[in-house]
Amino acid sequence: MALLSIQNVSVSYGKAEAVRNVSLEVDRGQIVTVIGPNGAGKTSLLTSAIGMIPAAGRVVFDGVDITSLPTEDRIEMGFCLVPERRELFADMSVYDNLLLGAYTRRDGSAAIKTSMEEVYGRFPRLRERHTQKAGTLSGGERQMLALGRALMAKPKLLMLDEPSLGLAPLITKEIFRIIASLHETGVSILLVEQNARAALETANFGYVMETGEIVHSGSSATLIDDPRLIATYLGGHANH
Amino acid sequence: MNAQIAAILAIDGIASGAIYVLIAIGFVLIFAVTRIIFVPFGDIAAFTALTLAGLENKQLPGTVGMVAVLAAMAALMEIFSLWRKGALDRIPRALFFYLVLPLMPAAIIWLTAGTMLPTPLRLLLTVAVILPIAPLLNRIVYQPIADATVLLLLIVSVALHFAMSGLGLLFFGPEGVRTQSLVDFTTFIAGTPVSGQAMLILGSAIFFSFLLYLFFNFTLYGKALHATAINRTGARLMGIRPQQACTIAFLLSSVLAAVSGILIAPVNTIFYDSGFLIGLKSFVGAIIGGMVSFPVTAVGSVFVGVLEGFAAFLSSPFKDVIVFSILIPVLLWRSYTLVHAEEEDEE
Amino acid sequence: MNRQITIAVGAVALLALFGAPLYLAPFSITLLNYIGVYSLIALGLVLLTGNAGMVSFGQASFMGIAAYATGWASAVMGYSPWLGLILALVLTGLVAAVLGAVTLRLGGHFLSLSTIAWGLALYFSFGNIPGLGAFDGIPSLPPISIGGIALADSGQIFYLIWGALLLSMLAIHNLLNSRVGRALRALRGGNALVESLGVNALQIRLITFVIAALCAALSGWLYAHMSRFVSPTPFDVTMSIIFLMMAMIGGSGYLLGAVVGAAIIILLRNGIQDVLPMIAPGSSGQLEVVVFASLFILFLQRARNGIVPFIAQWIPEPHRERPPQADALPRQQQPAKDTALMQVEAVTRRFGGLIAVNDVSFDVRAGEILALIGPNGAGKTTMFNVITGALQPSAGRITFAGKDITGANASKIAAAGIARTFQHVKLRPKMTLIDNVLLGTYGRASAGFIKSALRLDRAEEARARHEAMKQLDRVGLGDRPYELAGNLPLGNQRVLEIARALAADPVLLVLDEPAAGLRRQEKLALAELLRTLRAEGLTILLVEHDMEFVMGLVDRIVVMEFGCKLCEGDPAAVRADTRVQEAYLGGVA
Repeated sequence: MALLSIQNVSVSYGKAEAVRNVSLEVDRGQIVTVIGPNGAGKTSLLTSAIGMIPAAGRVVFDGVDITSLPTEDRIEMGFCLVPERRELFADMSVYDNLLLGAYTRRDGSAAIKTSMEEVYGRFPRLRERHTQKAGTLSGGERQMLALGRALMAKPKLLMLDEPSLGLAPLITKEIFRIIASLHETGVSILLVEQNARAALETANFGYVMETGEIVHSGSSATLIDDPRLIATYLGGHANH
Repeated sequence: MNAQIAAILAIDGIASGAIYVLIAIGFVLIFAVTRIIFVPFGDIAAFTALTLAGLENKQLPGTVGMVAVLAAMAALMEIFSLWRKGALDRIPRALFFYLVLPLMPAAIIWLTAGTMLPTPLRLLLTVAVILPIAPLLNRIVYQPIADATVLLLLIVSVALHFAMSGLGLLFFGPEGVRTQSLVDFTTFIAGTPVSGQAMLILGSAIFFSFLLYLFFNFTLYGKALHATAINRTGARLMGIRPQQACTIAFLLSSVLAAVSGILIAPVNTIFYDSGFLIGLKSFVGAIIGGMVSFPVTAVGSVFVGVLEGFAAFLSSPFKDVIVFSILIPVLLWRSYTLVHAEEEDEE
Repeated sequence: MNRQITIAVGAVALLALFGAPLYLAPFSITLLNYIGVYSLIALGLVLLTGNAGMVSFGQASFMGIAAYATGWASAVMGYSPWLGLILALVLTGLVAAVLGAVTLRLGGHFLSLSTIAWGLALYFSFGNIPGLGAFDGIPSLPPISIGGIALADSGQIFYLIWGALLLSMLAIHNLLNSRVGRALRALRGGNALVESLGVNALQIRLITFVIAALCAALSGWLYAHMSRFVSPTPFDVTMSIIFLMMAMIGGSGYLLGAVVGAAIIILLRNGIQDVLPMIAPGSSGQLEVVVFASLFILFLQRARNGIVPFIAQWIPEPHRERPPQADALPRQQQPAKDTALMQVEAVTRRFGGLIAVNDVSFDVRAGEILALIGPNGAGKTTMFNVITGALQPSAGRITFAGKDITGANASKIAAAGIARTFQHVKLRPKMTLIDNVLLGTYGRASAGFIKSALRLDRAEEARARHEAMKQLDRVGLGDRPYELAGNLPLGNQRVLEIARALAADPVLLVLDEPAAGLRRQEKLALAELLRTLRAEGLTILLVEHDMEFVMGLVDRIVVMEFGCKLCEGDPAAVRADTRVQEAYLGGVA
């Protein structure tokens, strides 16, 4: 049974339909990616899955229908999101941001300390800057902090919204390497990305989204060389 | 005016300013977490003074009736909304939090009415009975419109102030009160007399500011509340519940309102409607702090107190005009230095 | 309901109103007088809050200034009440102008907070300025006299009050349906839109604020000579919020809402004063305030729109005729095809350490459609904001039709002949299609507040309407000009924005992600419209993400990545360029 099952979800903002009848699944232990050009509706899909915007359709997580649950309850169940805008607490230190990531945990301060050590181990730059205010970090460091903060919650499923957004190529490389390694800790990942090639090289399975709909899907190995990708990103579909 | 008078004015000003600090910090706390400019906040401070006076005179303070009415309303609203959602199993818990808990201090007061309680108990009961009022008002008035614009919430707050003021007259009557001094000595600093009460006030302002500072900077829950103010979306994504945060913000700031009410009651005669003006002057301090910075708010509020003291000396009838007029340049200054994240509304 | 029925109903109502002193008891006439006086001040709030979006908690203070002015002039100094009127209007107008000039830069809740501040400051001044009777007030004001007849009776001043109210309503009605009235109505929702149309938002706000204050002043003058007594009590913040309540409960967007709201509150107060002593003897005064405040809160929680719009729902829409043909407004000279219309030269924009746009240069040629594309974070939006005057460039130059427009603000850009649309559609959903498009003609007309109130702007209005209809027809929305813009689907809303931009008679049309959120059919229709506009000689620059939309439509493309220009050329060449493919598809890991 899939860990996350998004069923026939549609999202509208007033008159504009951002997501149209999308269904996808993430199995335990998988890295699944949703790729597509800007404006495809990928962010709206994630935001509605975590419950921050209303949507039609159904979301099932870990066997529980969470469609009518508020966001905070979903977070408590181990379903977390690193949003496109990161939403860090800019005036608070790196340390405090990470600490707040563990807000929903009940396993005691020793376990939380251990988690923090793990995060620092994975992102040594954060350890160096642990008293610095989050707002003063560089783009790549902020991304790392956002990731680290989400990991502090020990989630079962982590959704990442465009982790490479605004990052220089070298940092992007590092981020994707880290995402691939996260997989080893048992976290399942739903990765939404504009950068198709990097995403497909990291994930097991991929969905391609265009103007609110899923247009193809398949294992990342087959998708990566699919010529239809170029048409999705640069237009020129033969049958229009 | 000579140096001696200036010194006395300054000390008096700092003492009133210290009261304003407590209330101003409360304003900032509530606004930061809930986006509500809680105009009736000053009224709550005034009601505290009236409650303490009632207890001192062995009378049943009107607060008991007020809390009973508000608790009943909030409980009914919560039960109704749970019933509509079909969540009947949550009703007992709602009854406990909205009816039983708020009424406990009121019940104790009612049971011990007519007896003279020892001072510490009196003070404790006063604070305890006032504490539920703001969270109950939040449930009744603000929760149904939690997503409204700051402007609409402000209009509601102004209307709520008038309702509270009217209820104040109804439950407390039109007489002014003054309670016994909590401390009864006068010292001299640099040749100027300083009353013990003034020192207590200043001490409390510093103590509570420090306590709040510790809470927000060193406890997880305080950090979580602060985080809600910094980035509401980010806070929700950490599992922090905004509604809970709102209730806690109202509770904590009620402590501040209650303490300031207790401190000001021996110094000024407090009427049922004194809260509005005190609240408004404190509000100037809060705006100086940009509704966001506790330290600047504290300094700003002391400034307002001192300004008021000197203005009263120079032109007593116009002292209030001067203090309110200061709000305008402060608002202008703040509108340049603050980033308005909020989109203008389409109503 | 057709015109004849409306006129008949109106005539009967007016007749009933003006005959009232003949058949109603004096107490009812007094009530009607109060309703009339308070309606005037609520009318000002309908203009200020309901239409221009500024919430004021200080209108009662303006009423007080006027009342005290006339009280001092007539009772203390012995002058005629008419001189008192002049003094009241001038003084209140001046105070309002000064307060407005200082505080109207503030927006939203800061502005409203400032109204509490000066409202209170003024109130405290009333009781403390020497010579004004302190808190006892000024007694024995003389009645107003017209032609030797003193309006001492409630039945006599009745006509003056209601006459003044109806004339004011007429003037404001004229105002709201004019050029400046539309600009004022477009203020709520933010300054970005109105400034892009060449409107001086601050000036319009200030004049509106003063007009609302003058309504309060007229009300205060009438009040003073009706009750023949002036004291501070009726002019405090409590009354200000009751006036706000009247306007909102009646329906703050509607002139009739002022009268309905005032009537309801006054009748309610009357009723409550009868009922409360029975429920709670001895505390009815206090309870009255609580009841009103609680009702207001309930209203704000549940039914924010007010009574007039609620009732209006049930009345069928009157059929409105298309505006008649009229002369066209004068048009701009379009430049010769293929000449360089706009030149962007080495434009750079920095945000602190981040270089969002880095030394980008390109031309826009007259008569073409040019697209600016690039992956997310490429800097297209920043470049776009620099071109449209929302941001200043850190370096570089932009020339348009031979003029240097580097660093010009949105208003100047509009005046130069560039019209724009917005990524998140900025229409006024409660205004009609034709009114939204008419906003675009603001810069091409000139009638001001006084001309509009006196209805001397009709010729210019007719020409502007003709222009607006022409644009509506051009984009295919001409069949229902009186539909509310908010009812349109997104595709049509975008097209309406284009009609508004066209109504400004631009030389260059700049579109911000016009295809975003549109369905396939809507995109095809939009592309067709843009092709038609190009065929008519218009130059179009657009920023887009949707490659499918762009590829089949535009003449040339400029691609950006990481703030720099990556390449430039016709669609086929750009699509085949491997650097562009790399940029979009990524491929770093």
